[in-house]
Amino acid sequence: MDKFESRSRITGIGMSQVGRRLGVDPVGLAIDACIAALADAGLTRRDIDGLACHMGPVSSDGYSGAGIIDVEEVLRIHPRWFVSGHEMAGHSGPLLQAALAIAAGLCRHVLIFRCTWETTALARARSDRDPAPQAPWVEGDHQWRLPFGAFSPANWIALYADRHFNKYGTTREQLGAIALNARANAALNAYAVYKDPLTMDDYLSARMISTPLGLYDCDVPCDGAVAMVLSAADAARDTRRPNPIRIEAMGGQTTERWSWDQDTIDHEPLMKGAASSMWARTDLKPADVAMAQIYDGFTFNCLSWIETLGFCPTGEGGRFVEGGTRIALDGELPINTHGGQLSAGRLQGYGFLHEACVQLWGEAGDRQVPGDPQVSVVTTGGGAPGGAILLTQG
Amino acid sequence: MERPYPRLTPENAFFWTSGSDGTLRFLRCASCGHFLHPPLPRCPICLGSKIASVAVSGRAKVVARTINHHAWHAAFPPPYLIALVEIAEAPYVRLTTRIINCEPDEVEIGAPVRVVFERQGPAWLPLFELEPK
Repeated sequence: MDKFESRSRITGIGMSQVGRRLGVDPVGLAIDACIAALADAGLTRRDIDGLACHMGPVSSDGYSGAGIIDVEEVLRIHPRWFVSGHEMAGHSGPLLQAALAIAAGLCRHVLIFRCTWETTALARARSDRDPAPQAPWVEGDHQWRLPFGAFSPANWIALYADRHFNKYGTTREQLGAIALNARANAALNAYAVYKDPLTMDDYLSARMISTPLGLYDCDVPCDGAVAMVLSAADAARDTRRPNPIRIEAMGGQTTERWSWDQDTIDHEPLMKGAASSMWARTDLKPADVAMAQIYDGFTFNCLSWIETLGFCPTGEGGRFVEGGTRIALDGELPINTHGGQLSAGRLQGYGFLHEACVQLWGEAGDRQVPGDPQVSVVTTGGGAPGGAILLTQG
Repeated sequence: MERPYPRLTPENAFFWTSGSDGTLRFLRCASCGHFLHPPLPRCPICLGSKIASVAVSGRAKVVARTINHHAWHAAFPPPYLIALVEIAEAPYVRLTTRIINCEPDEVEIGAPVRVVFERQGPAWLPLFELEPK
């Protein structure tokens, strides 16, 4: 199959400093990540002719730390093509869009970035001497949950977890295996936010957030940015590495309602179509995947992706991760080898993309997956639309 | 601090004020009978445009629940129970809501519940309580 994915390569990745309450202008973080990605690809900003970003302009709630407008004002790339937003195939949707733009011949090298500054934005809001008045009302999609005290995705996703526990016998210890695995991997990752050892006792005795999800089932907000360069396959020859990463398949179909409560509740919504549409575009099977860098905004999201991607049947996810050996760095399917968002920090999906590239290039140092891994699946989102990507060594 | 309430619009006001007479209502397609929630201007099944609000019994079933322990909001002291319920007349219509007038740990998946309204700002919030055994 002549597919759009085969016409581009990932040729460079970059990351800013990552941490909690860094107290710096988030646009600077985005620029740092972009400059690092350019250097990694062996390119300069003059080589870039496209820009793609998840979310949009910098927002005071911290969810977006930089948009196209913010980055272009510094880099002055004069992009021939650009896109940003969040009605896309997961947080990684801009990568899919960029691959389409390259396949269509619009661009040679696209710079893709995502910046978040939730912890600094929150700290600023708390210390604001002149805070904006907050409306007592809520509107849009929030009206269906917030008036009932369901304020957080922790509540909404706890409902799916409750159902999974009751329907399939999933346990807290099984979700805990995902949290412990993330922390063990984070200990080997210099940029991870939390590296201290985490035991099952720590996990089980931590304060409850929304049953059955406790503190360590929730990911860690942080400040930071990731960027990557996606190049046309022929233009990739002009870049630094001899083995740019190939995209085997991407999927982002939505086959369920865009709703937290009206459609599927057996797994996190909007994952299934992403996974099935990715698998439909490749001959590879789950058994060919050497590692999985999959969205873990909560432990349950990770479990949902394991099932949805077909690594085990629906309902078996708890037993699949139990004890943690199967998903460990030296296990049969290493998962979230950088520590995931649970321990490395919530880089809004881009930590997974970054880690897959580092691992496929064999540059992960102490946390390198053994056996020269050839194939990584990367997923982002769920709840909001999900995106699924299969990356392979060049 | 006040609890947040839904901002009423011409599209949602029928739902949020429905409890003023103690009755829960949803939009329904007059052509094919499909219930529409959240409110939509056209039926997603038959694309019909004759849409009207209809009363339902207020009976529902708990399909998932969580006891929230985190203080997200000053006016919502934890712990409290959040549930997902499906509406008796149309199980594909669900509400994220609270189950009140019981202990949080009394609510089982599958439990039959009935609507009870609570005023908040201009809205009547549809909460639920366990059906008497």
